[in-house]
Amino acid sequence: MASKLQKRKSSSGQKTSKRGKNRPTLTVGEEEEPTNMESLGHPEIYPVVLTTKTQEIFNCRIDEDITDEQPYKLIKKEDILADFQNRAAVSDFYPVKKVIQEYPGDEILLVYDKDFKYGLNFYLVGTEEGKENYLNAPEIPEEQEEYKEHIPEEICIYKAPISKPWVSLGSEKEIEEESVKESTKKITYMISRKRHQFGAPIKFSDQNASSVKDAYIECTAYPDKNFTLRQLEKDIGMQVVPEVKDISTQTRWTYPKNAITQYHPREFSEEEKETLGQAKSLTDFLNNVSISVEIALQQNEIMNTFIDDWKCLAEEEGTFGDKTDTHLKEYQSFTDLHNLTEKMITCVSWHPVIYGLIAVSVAVRLSFEDRVHFSGKLLLQPSLILFWSFSDPIHPQLMLESPDDIFCFKFCPSDPNIIAGGCINGQIVMWDITAHADRIENIKTGGSRSKKVTLKPMFLLEPDSNKEAMYIRHCAVSSIENGHKHVITDIHWLPDTFEINRMGTVFENRSGICCQLVTCSADCTICFWDIRPQKALTPQPTEKKKDESIEIPFDVPSTFLHLDLAWKPLSKIRLSKGETSLDHCPTKISLSEDHLQYKAQDKMLAQSKAAKVGDMNPYQNLEGGLANHLKPREDFCTKFFVGTEEGEVIYTDWKMERDSETGRLMTKKPVSLYTVHDGAVHTVQRSPFYKDIILTIGGWNVAIWKEGVMTGPLLQTSCAPKRYTSGHWSLTRPGVFYIGREDGYIDIWDLLEKTHEPALSQNICITMITCIKPWTFSAKQQFIAVADYYGTLHILEIPWTLSHPSANEVLSMNYYFEREVKHLEYVDQRKKIREQEKKEMQLEMEKKKAGIHLKRRPS
Amino acid sequence: MPGPALSRVHGLFLSLVPSLEVEETLERLQSQKGVQGIMVANTEGIPIKSTMDDPTTARYAKLTCNLKARSTVHTSDPQNDFTFLRIRSKKNEIMVAPDKDYFLIVIQNPTESATLWAPSVIT
Repeated sequence: MASKLQKRKSSSGQKTSKRGKNRPTLTVGEEEEPTNMESLGHPEIYPVVLTTKTQEIFNCRIDEDITDEQPYKLIKKEDILADFQNRAAVSDFYPVKKVIQEYPGDEILLVYDKDFKYGLNFYLVGTEEGKENYLNAPEIPEEQEEYKEHIPEEICIYKAPISKPWVSLGSEKEIEEESVKESTKKITYMISRKRHQFGAPIKFSDQNASSVKDAYIECTAYPDKNFTLRQLEKDIGMQVVPEVKDISTQTRWTYPKNAITQYHPREFSEEEKETLGQAKSLTDFLNNVSISVEIALQQNEIMNTFIDDWKCLAEEEGTFGDKTDTHLKEYQSFTDLHNLTEKMITCVSWHPVIYGLIAVSVAVRLSFEDRVHFSGKLLLQPSLILFWSFSDPIHPQLMLESPDDIFCFKFCPSDPNIIAGGCINGQIVMWDITAHADRIENIKTGGSRSKKVTLKPMFLLEPDSNKEAMYIRHCAVSSIENGHKHVITDIHWLPDTFEINRMGTVFENRSGICCQLVTCSADCTICFWDIRPQKALTPQPTEKKKDESIEIPFDVPSTFLHLDLAWKPLSKIRLSKGETSLDHCPTKISLSEDHLQYKAQDKMLAQSKAAKVGDMNPYQNLEGGLANHLKPREDFCTKFFVGTEEGEVIYTDWKMERDSETGRLMTKKPVSLYTVHDGAVHTVQRSPFYKDIILTIGGWNVAIWKEGVMTGPLLQTSCAPKRYTSGHWSLTRPGVFYIGREDGYIDIWDLLEKTHEPALSQNICITMITCIKPWTFSAKQQFIAVADYYGTLHILEIPWTLSHPSANEVLSMNYYFEREVKHLEYVDQRKKIREQEKKEMQLEMEKKKAGIHLKRRPS
Repeated sequence: MPGPALSRVHGLFLSLVPSLEVEETLERLQSQKGVQGIMVANTEGIPIKSTMDDPTTARYAKLTCNLKARSTVHTSDPQNDFTFLRIRSKKNEIMVAPDKDYFLIVIQNPTESATLWAPSVIT
């Protein structure tokens, strides 16, 4: 071995090799067997990977120490061992550590595997022999080429093999690995059997497998979910095939039939008709038959035999409730608990469209002197119109503010969101609640807000966040100087079918909305107002307005801005009593077409009316209506009834005429005037059924008039024990009207039943009744709102008998009125006759006297 | 010879008279109160004379000729016969008078003409 080493050293010579060997302690328990290239036939070659660092350490850098010419390096075993110590497992030689440790020699050959023949970039030759082979090998290829050529020439000298001692090259290790050894000792069993049992004949018998327990073991099949497969894809071929059906039937073949169709009725021609008409048989026939026919015809003339008497006797079917119940039933009552001052209700009006909504105007219960006295206190409290709803008896839904107490107000018929009211100081106040319309429309549906209405004491009453009643400011007020000077006692909207100009001439109303008002006041005037902006005749008012430039609060709609404080009446009618200074003081007026406004208008109707004009709310665009050139209506009745404070009923004309002398516009003289009542007339109302029947109530009695009959009232009741303070026609029964008394009773008159006294008298409250307003919601529900002097509004339900007319009531009432008219005429005639008779009687008396005188003077 | 001429004239007269009678009868019937129309039709339903317009006439004639009134009466009692039929409808009354060869149909509106009303509420 040593000699070989020396040989190599001398042959190579230049190399310096480092060898280091060490036995590093293994941290990991395993020693890896270095891989060798046995598979490739070189068991001594161990491929290694040398990093650059390792190359530097061992001076085997590629292309520097190791070149193509000398791609190997001899490394000292000691160096490698030292490297093991230094770098332990990090060392690149670690995988081949075992080989290096066992390496017999001192220098190990490390070859650069440029072509990666053995897989890695370097390989180690693990045996001396291998090393030698390699080192000598470079000579071999050169020699081999020659050798190959020389092979056939060289003679092989046979050398008998000399037995050498066994040199272990590591192969016994492999053999040991590969050989199969028994891991455990074999166990031997000896089984023996008795000898006589061998070869014995075998007996086989049948046995049921299930009868004997454990005779068999089965592997039952069970569905194992692990192995269930779901087919996710399927490959199917399809073909569309036309479906063909074969049907056959057997028809019954009967026989051929002739069928005919006729398009025109068969008729005789004219000649045929003639001839037939002439035939004698026809005459005879007619003679025979006409007798019976005539009898039949005449029978029909005499009497209708098919009338069901029972049916006609009975009145309407389907009564709701007890028919004998004639009393008004209390439904609900409303009182304003928030305000502390004593108030009375001055006017009541149902909302024309919304169910269950009623508006009430309240005024303070003070006389004139008291008002002046407490004026400071009164200024602090707002005067209100309250909107009550059936769903909430404690909180009013809306509160309309006005500058002073309102004594009368009306909803505009064409737009229920516009309200006009007359104040105690003579101003007209306008409100526009279009902005709050949803609030009041949805009262019924929003019942979930406060289902339980608890009555809390006053000091605990807090405005509920939802229920905060809205105070709505008024939109416009009329001008103080030009308007009324005293309390406005009555206010009406003129119907939207006509309009009036300054002269009182009637024109047709093209705008389709109610745009004019008429008011009467205690200053003895009746004024007509127009809510549309007037063309300024004088520039003064506009200038004044500019000077004032009042800032309008943002929540007030600007519908009537043009009217605010500058609103002048269109025309004024003064009811003068001739030459004297005392004038008539009108309390109520009744125009000819008012009765249209008594029924609860269908929402659809009202909407369609408004929609006719345009998409916009017509009240927002009032100026548009002025430009229309209007056609005057000739045959319009411009007369109306007025009730006065003195108890007179005046029938007068609103058309102005020009006074021939002075050239001024003058009101015409009233057509007729009657003093029938002993107190102020508080109700002048046309019947909802007859256009010309008017009811007037005042003082202690009631009078019914017919328009056109100048001789007097049709009916004048006798004086009642208590004063009548309010009244109203019934809306559904033509002969019924309701009167409120000063002691809180309601008298219900039924003219078809009794005309000398009320049919029914019922107590409602303890104090004077100030206003009565019935209203129909449906065929089943009719209410009457009764307002009293103490500020409570009672809603009563009208029973069936009072709300449903009998079959011919309208006709009967008509007959009644006609009879009364005839009666008046008769009375008139009789008066004349009586006068004549009286005259005759007087003449006779005088004659007699003269006769006696004559007789006494015998000549 | 005057004899045959007379008879001829007489025959002429005779032939004229019946038409007048027919018209007279019809006029008389028409003058009754409430009568809306009269018509004469043959048994097949072809109208002969009528005071109403053609479509209405044709309709009524056709419908009445199909009436089984005669059979209704006659079959239950052979000695009985159908003499008169009155149909009262909501609006009017149809009267049918039959004969061997002809029908007479009269339409009357009875409610207008009835003088005796059912009792109503009178004050």
